[in-house]
Parts: sequence; structure tokens; C-alpha cells
Amino acid sequence: MSTRLATGGRLLNKSKPLGFTFNGKQMRGYEGDTLASALLANDQMLVGRSFKYHRPRGIVAAGPEEPNALMNLGAEGRFEPNARATTTELFEGLEANSQNHWPSLEFDVGAINKHLSRFLPAGFYYKMFMYPRSFWKHVYEPFIRKSAGLGKAPKARDEDTYEHFYAFCDVLVVGGGVAGLQAAKTAGQTGARVIVMEQSEHWGGRALVDGGTVVDDGPVDKFVEQIFSELEAMDNVQLRSRCMGAGVYDHGYALGYERLSDHKPGRDGPRHRLWRVRASHVITATGALERPLSFAGNDIPGVMLAAAVRDYAVNFGVSVGDRTVVVTNNDNAYLTAISLKHAGLDVPAIIDARVLSQDSAQVAQAKALGIRVMMGHAIASVKGTKRVTGVEICAQAGEGAVLEEISCDAVAMSGGWSPVVHLWSHCGGKLRWDAVNACFSPDPDNPPKGVDGMGFVTPAGAASGVFALDDVLNDAHAAAEGVMTTLGLRLPKDSAAPVAEHRGDAPMAPVWMMPQGANVKLREKAWLDYQNDVKVSDVRLAAQEGFVSVEHAKRYTTLGMATDQGKLSNINGLATLAGALDTDIPNVGTTTFRPPYHPISMAAIAGEAKGHVFQPIRRTPMHDWHNNNGAEWEPVGAWRRPYAYPKPGESTHNAVMREVTNTREKLGLLDASTLGKLIVKGPDAGRFLDMMYTNMMSTLKIGKCRYGLMCSENGFLIDDGVVARIDADTWLCHTTTGGAENIHGHMEEWLQTEWWDWNVYVANVTEQYAQVAVVGPNARKALEKLGGMDVSREALGFMEWADGDLGGFKCRVYRISFSGELSYEIAVDAAQGQAFWDALMVAGNDLGVMPYGTEALHILRAEKGFIMIGDETDGTVIPQDLGLHWAISKKKEDFLGKRAQERSHMTDPARWKLVGLETTDGSTLPDGAYAVATGTNANGQRNVQGRVTSSYHSPTLGKGIAMGLVLNGPDRMGEVITFPGTDGKDYDARIVDPVFYDKEGEKQNV
Amino acid sequence: MDKMLTLTCPCCNVTAEETEFHAGGEAHLKRFGPGSSDDEFESYLFTRKNPKGVHFERWRHNNGCGKWFHVARCTTSLEVFASYPAQTYAPPEDILVHIDTRRPGWRAKT
Repeated sequence: MSTRLATGGRLLNKSKPLGFTFNGKQMRGYEGDTLASALLANDQMLVGRSFKYHRPRGIVAAGPEEPNALMNLGAEGRFEPNARATTTELFEGLEANSQNHWPSLEFDVGAINKHLSRFLPAGFYYKMFMYPRSFWKHVYEPFIRKSAGLGKAPKARDEDTYEHFYAFCDVLVVGGGVAGLQAAKTAGQTGARVIVMEQSEHWGGRALVDGGTVVDDGPVDKFVEQIFSELEAMDNVQLRSRCMGAGVYDHGYALGYERLSDHKPGRDGPRHRLWRVRASHVITATGALERPLSFAGNDIPGVMLAAAVRDYAVNFGVSVGDRTVVVTNNDNAYLTAISLKHAGLDVPAIIDARVLSQDSAQVAQAKALGIRVMMGHAIASVKGTKRVTGVEICAQAGEGAVLEEISCDAVAMSGGWSPVVHLWSHCGGKLRWDAVNACFSPDPDNPPKGVDGMGFVTPAGAASGVFALDDVLNDAHAAAEGVMTTLGLRLPKDSAAPVAEHRGDAPMAPVWMMPQGANVKLREKAWLDYQNDVKVSDVRLAAQEGFVSVEHAKRYTTLGMATDQGKLSNINGLATLAGALDTDIPNVGTTTFRPPYHPISMAAIAGEAKGHVFQPIRRTPMHDWHNNNGAEWEPVGAWRRPYAYPKPGESTHNAVMREVTNTREKLGLLDASTLGKLIVKGPDAGRFLDMMYTNMMSTLKIGKCRYGLMCSENGFLIDDGVVARIDADTWLCHTTTGGAENIHGHMEEWLQTEWWDWNVYVANVTEQYAQVAVVGPNARKALEKLGGMDVSREALGFMEWADGDLGGFKCRVYRISFSGELSYEIAVDAAQGQAFWDALMVAGNDLGVMPYGTEALHILRAEKGFIMIGDETDGTVIPQDLGLHWAISKKKEDFLGKRAQERSHMTDPARWKLVGLETTDGSTLPDGAYAVATGTNANGQRNVQGRVTSSYHSPTLGKGIAMGLVLNGPDRMGEVITFPGTDGKDYDARIVDPVFYDKEGEKQNV
Repeated sequence: MDKMLTLTCPCCNVTAEETEFHAGGEAHLKRFGPGSSDDEFESYLFTRKNPKGVHFERWRHNNGCGKWFHVARCTTSLEVFASYPAQTYAPPEDILVHIDTRRPGWRAKT
């Protein structure tokens, strides 16, 4: 069993006991514990079930590489799934629940899958769940959803806040172990701005557990203390603990993930902070991760990484087991045996796959402590189910014949160390195979490249593939020195790497299967990926079935695709694949490392962007008035526009109907401020607009307005609006609400990249004006009541504009109509918008004035058959489809889209054309519905002959009206076609003229 | 946050992050309008270069001065060789010479 030792635990504050619960059970730990160490101290080795076979899973590691100990943490607004127990600091009242089991962790129904494992091999999902197709929805998916799924989705709203920090520095050092600290010091000595990020709360990394001596400072912990205080004293160095370097991106951009209050929930301030750093250079001092060994039963709870066993003993005073067998292919794991022995625990044997010609210092020390060292041996199989009970020993060179059985309750395994190359690789750094240490390490000749084409990431220490303390310190100093040189910064003359004592380790030996000749029975029990249940036999099967590319084999087997992203399984999996393909590991290559290094919270990515600050909202000058008068809002681009103004007790639909009728019969006001307004000015402005619009704008007379269409060079309609000629050199172009910025950019692109010799300026003045549409039979009366300029039919005709003043407001009045009614659109300075609106409401008081929203606007225009960009157009529609030939100049030699519209597909008479649609029973057609035709297409689907582009109930006509694009539509007036709705009903509609109301246009022209 | 280049706008001389800019595709297009053949028009409108390596692109400083400009950069290493005003039919010679020093022989590949 695992338990707390009487002594040891250098990170613990034993005067601060803490209470917590696991699956509802009360447990105790100390300040300084991680959840994992506290669980082990309470003999809770079993912490979860695996994904596929629901195998019992115990804690394997002590850091972010942990694949098994994933917890649901907290409750309600602080609930979080998939939290790693090994990176969760213990706090008073912590609530943890294990995942992926039903009904309980101890007794799990899904564990039956393990007996089916021979039927659930690699690619099982692909093979099994293909047919019959209907089974997916009704059989497979419900089954998979119930039995799978790590963690639960939170149900309550997150109570915490999150933030982004932007930072700039010369050097970002990721990792606060001895390499990172040394690199930071060397860099900091030059005066460079340095940020150091350490993922844990502690500085110094593994060296504090593994020991060593630095000549000038003594034991390595003294060295760490000394260098840390030196760094703290440097104003140009910023040290952040609990802050993980999550990703490295283009041109020195890097993300840091700081966990501010995970260890003290509810503390003031944000919970997580996302650092968005732009660094001239990044030093990755990210250390290395220990690899498991592949032997039968290596997933049974109690089998752990050797360094983790050591960490729990030294850092947390936790014994993983009373009798721990160490199995290794390297000297490093001997440290575990030695430290367990020092803690008074039993190590029955060290099983070393190597055969060394002479004992190294570590081997000699272990033997001197009386530990039995079995060279050239291997574990044939681990005994036990929910907990290790013993190991069967065999010769590594053989096929697994059992030589003896050793009883034990823990196994500490070490398959060697892999540098953490993730951050190096995120932005394109290449790797090379290090045959001596059997690992991939950064290839210094192929670093990720920055804006100047030079490498901007440098690894330091174990992350670059050196592991001994003296080598690490030398490497870190040299790395920082090299970076300073490229930045043009100078080191002090006396700057040098600290000298550490050298520990002469014997070389490791690559071991990818234990024993090397393991038969299929053993391979079927040798796990590579604990979380996703991928075994040696699965990877070999994938290779056998032709998945020779590592990226394919990964997806076929799901190796490395779990939440730990293969931190433990990657190299062992590659080696297994290489073995199965009878090639070298470098030939197999690696899968792609993608950020983040370790999962970060979605909330941190969102930062402050939630609720009312989710995105900046554009408000018109009359926004508050609308809000105070019951507006329901509709987002249009970043704008908010009133959709309708329901009165108390009135439904939105009824409000819209009322607004339409009131506007048709009396007087409506629309806030049209959001419409884009672009000033196009210059001697060549007319010529330029003739290129931008399909119709002629250069001939427009001063004082007149013209409706214009804009197409892309591909011929498709992109925007429309009324253009007014202001003076000889100046035009004002109205665009759609959503189009102002894009059309501005579009105009600028043509002006600057194609016709840069034309003298034209474009200015986007959208927000400079408040614009109000005054619409309805009483519109003129209202303006006359305000008093001022002459707005009579004679003085200001339809499609004319004039400057003047109304009620004391300086304004520009356009007599244009998007409703078919007598209508004035009046622009005033933005600052005057609200006052002007108020004045109109007063003036219209006796004339039946009411504001109307965007839905009424839509109905009013649809009754008139006016198109709307985004409804009648979708990027595949040309003006000719919409019967807008009258707005396409035949005189102009050229305009954007003209050549495109000459293409055979664009002139095809079978293109769907705009028509009006009227249901035979007066109901409203479903928007977007398709009209069916006879026969089926090549896919067996019913043929279609048209679709609805806009559909409304018209209060004016008392029935449903719609517009749509229909095959040969204009030639089929009166014909009835059928639109099946998603509600299962068929809607019959008659093809009619799209102008439903006032076909002669008399009402707008009064 | 995946793509975060830094670019310098030659119109206002601001160096800023990619989020301040808008990519506009291949630079130095020769426009074919009315009167051009179908092949010419198709090639102009659709057949855009997508090289692995040196590339000339349009960008707009749309959250800044609003102007369009050109960027010469490497699509694989993300090295930016230069940015330059868009009012030109071809990349300036000094930029081409600079690219020669960074990517010897690149012209033969384009």
C-alpha cells in the first residue's frame, strides 16, 4: 500500500494539515501536497478507468505527463473536468471525483470491455462502426457516448474571471529548473529584458530531487537558492511561477498560462492569466520526461515512472509501496532505489535490461546499500489487477520464460528520458535522433525561423539533450550567451557557467520491448498509451495492415491522441512502429507537436471577452433612446439595430405588423445611421466609380441620387446602395450596414494596387453622421412642421438631395425610398442625432409617428420587391439573376464584374431568376426552402428548381409574400410549385411578380 | 492565435502584429478585363500562385492607416524579406537582390 512516511517531504508544511474529499470520501493531506501525492498518502492508488477497456488506472507520473489521474474538480461554478491530480495543488476543502467509470470506480460495468479486448483491436471503430449506416445514430453512438467520455461538461456558469496580459521582452525563458535559471541569469547580466516562466510553484526543477553539487555553492539546492535570489534582485528579470509556456508561434510570439488561484479558489482577482508575449528570442529550458518501459502488465496500478516514485518520496514524503521493484535501462532509475532505501523502504531488486562490463558509480552505490541488482533481466509480467502484487522476472534477451517471481506492491520503471521538444517544434524547429540517449532532441541547424529568417528558439539543458548537472549548466550558459550575441548584447567579462561535479553514469541502452522477444500474449498486455488503451500489439497490427506513416498509424490506433498528447507514449510508439516496419526510428519520424504543451483552460483563451465585453459593439447616436423605448436588438455586423419596438404586452410579431402598417398609413422613423457612407473624391472619382459600380455614376448630375450595384471581379453582387453626386469632384456612396468597411477596403485595393495613377481619395464617414429615414404619407408634413428648407415635391424631387436646415438642424436630405412610401433620409452631424430624432418625434406627434425596426424595414422592402444583399444574394448571384439589367450599363467598356458576367455559365438561360412567390393558402413560406422538381439527381436526391430567398407575412396584403430564385421563373408566371418544409408540410406557391405593392411606384413619388 | 506574423507597413512605418493587417493574396496581378480570352481571364482570376518559398503578397493595414502594400516573404520559414508600397508592377530590384542573398537560386524556381 502507499502511505505517508514519518520523515521526508521537502515541499510539505506539516504544520498545515488540509482536508479534502475523493469520490465523497474524507481524506487528509498537507499544504505543499499535490492532489496526487495526497491521494497516494491516503493509499488511493486506483484513480480512474481507461478510455476503451475501462482498465483500472493508477497514478503513473508526478507532473504534467500524467495520463491517468484525471479528475472532475470542484462543483457548480467552479467545476472543472479533466484536471490532472499531479498538477493540482491541494487546498482545504478540495473536492475531487474520478472519471470514466460507471457505476463506481471500484466496480465498473465497462470493464467487461477488457475481456473483449481481442475484439477491440487497432482501428476497431473504423472497422466495426461503418455499417449499417443507420446503426450509427441508434446503436453505436448512444453506446459510445455512454461508455466513453473523460470527465463531464460543466453545467453552471464559470464564477471566475480570466485575463490576458500582453508582454514584450528580449528573452523568454521557459522553464525554471537549473537550466532555465542559469540561462536567465546569463541573459539578465546583459541588461536584457527577461521573462522566466515556470509551470509549477517551485523553482529548481528535478535537480532538487536528483541532487548534485555545484563547486562554489555546495549542494544544488543551495545553488538554486543563490541564483534565484540573484535573479529576483534584477529589475530587468521577471519571474513567474505557476506559469506554463504553452506555445511558441510565428515571429517570437509565445503564450504563457498562469494559474493564479487554482490553489486558492475564490481568491480575489482572475483565476488564470494568458500571457501573450512577443519575444525577440525564446530559450526553452523545458527539461525532459521519463519514458515508461513496455512489458506485460505495465498499466497495473502501482507501476509508476521511477522518477515519480522518487519525487513522491523526496518531495512529499510519500511511499508508493513498501516493496518497490525498480526496472530500468539506465543509471538514473538507480537514484530511485537509493532514495527509497534511504527512506527505510524495501527494494527487493533492480531489474536492469543492460549488461554493463563494469559497475558505474550508481550501480556500485546501490549494491553497497545491499540492493540486489539483476543485470540483463526484464519483467516478463506484472501480477495483480487493481494493485501490483508481484513481478515475474525473465531474461531480457529471451522470449519471457519466467525465472523467478518477486513479490512487491510497486514497480518503478524507467525507459530513459526524452527532452521536452514541444515548444521547439511548435513553430517548425526540426529534431534529430540522438542514438546515445535514444531520444529526439532539437536539431540546432534547423531552428524555428523568425521574421529575419534567423532561429529564434534555443533549447537549454535537458531540453537540448544533455542530462548531467554539469553539462546542463554549461549548456544553459552557452545557450544564453549565444542568444545575447545574436541580440547584440554583451556579457560581463567574468560571466561563466558555474562548475558542477560530474557524475559518471553508464550509458543507457534502448529497450522498446521487455523481454525483447516477447510473444504476442505479452505484447497484448504491454501498454504504450495508458489513457487511450493502445498496446504494443495494436501498433504492430497497424503496421501489418499497411499504416506505415507515423501520422496514419497514430490516427488508426489513437496512440498519443489522448489529453496527454502522447507525452509518455510517443517515443515508445514510434520505436514499436519502427521495429514492426524493420526500419530505424529516425526513418519513421515523429508526429507533429502542436500547442498547447499541456491543456489550458478555454476560459483563459477567452480572457475578458465574455458577457458585455465579448466584442466591441457599435452604437448609433440614438442607441440609448431605442433601448429606453423597448427596442429588441438585432446584431448587424458589430452594430446593434432595433429589430422592433414591442409595446408592453405586445408580441414581437404584432409589433412588427403594427410598425409596417403605421409606416404605410402614417409616419415611421428608422434609425438608418448604420448604413455605410463613403466619400469618393478627386478629379478621377467619376471614372473610378464607373469601374466600381455596374451602372454609370460619372454622368450623375450634381444634386441627384442613383441606386447602384457593386460586383466583385468574379461578377457576383457584393453590395448596393444609393450614390449621391455632391459636387463636380465628389460623390457620396451609401453601402449596406455590414459592408462599409469591406467596401472601403475594396475601393482602396483597386485604387492602390491597380489604378494608383488615378487621383481619387476615399474616406469612410459612416460614423460622422446620424441618419434618420422619415417615411410614410405624413413624412413631408412632419418636416414642414419642423420648418426650414423647402422639402416640397417641386423643390426636392424623388431621387434628389439637398443641403439645408430643418428645425434648426444643419442637415442633408436625400429623397430616396426603400419602402415605396414618400420618404426622406436625413443626415445630421452624429452629435446632433439624438436631438434631431427627439425633434422629429415631437413634430410627428400629431401625425401618428412611430419608430420602426429592421424587420418592418425588411417587410416594407419585400412588399416592393426590393432586393436585400445577403437575402437575395449569397455570393453566387449576379445582378442579371435578380432582374436588375436596368442597373447594368451597356455603354461602359469596363466595370468590375463585366468580363466575368460574359462567361458562358453567367449567361446560361437556366440560371435561377428572381420572382415573387405567393402561397396558395396565404400562409408564409419557410425561408430558405427549396422547390422540388421531378426526378432525382445522381445522388438519389430529389431534383430542385428554386429556393426562397426572403419570406414574410405582409400586413399590408394580409398574406404571406416571398421572393425566390426559380428556374426560368420570370417565364412561368402563375405556375404553382411545391416547397417541402422542414416541418414535414408541403407548401404550394404561385410564381408572381416580385413587386407586390404599388407596382407603378406612385406612392414614393408624391 | 495560430498565425502571428509581424509586418511593417511601408505607408505609415508601423511594425505591428498580423491581427492589425488583412491578407489580400498574390501581388502584381495583371488584370484582364472585357475583351480578354476565357483562358486569360481564368488565369487572372483563379490561377493564383501558391509557392512553397518566396512569395509576393498584398496586405492591407486595415486596423491602422488603411493602406494596401506588398510583402515579400517565405511561405515555409515565414521569413519576411521586405514590405514595399503597392504602386509598382514588379518587386523593386533591391528587394530581389536581397532575396538572392537569402535564397540563392530562388528565381529559377519561380
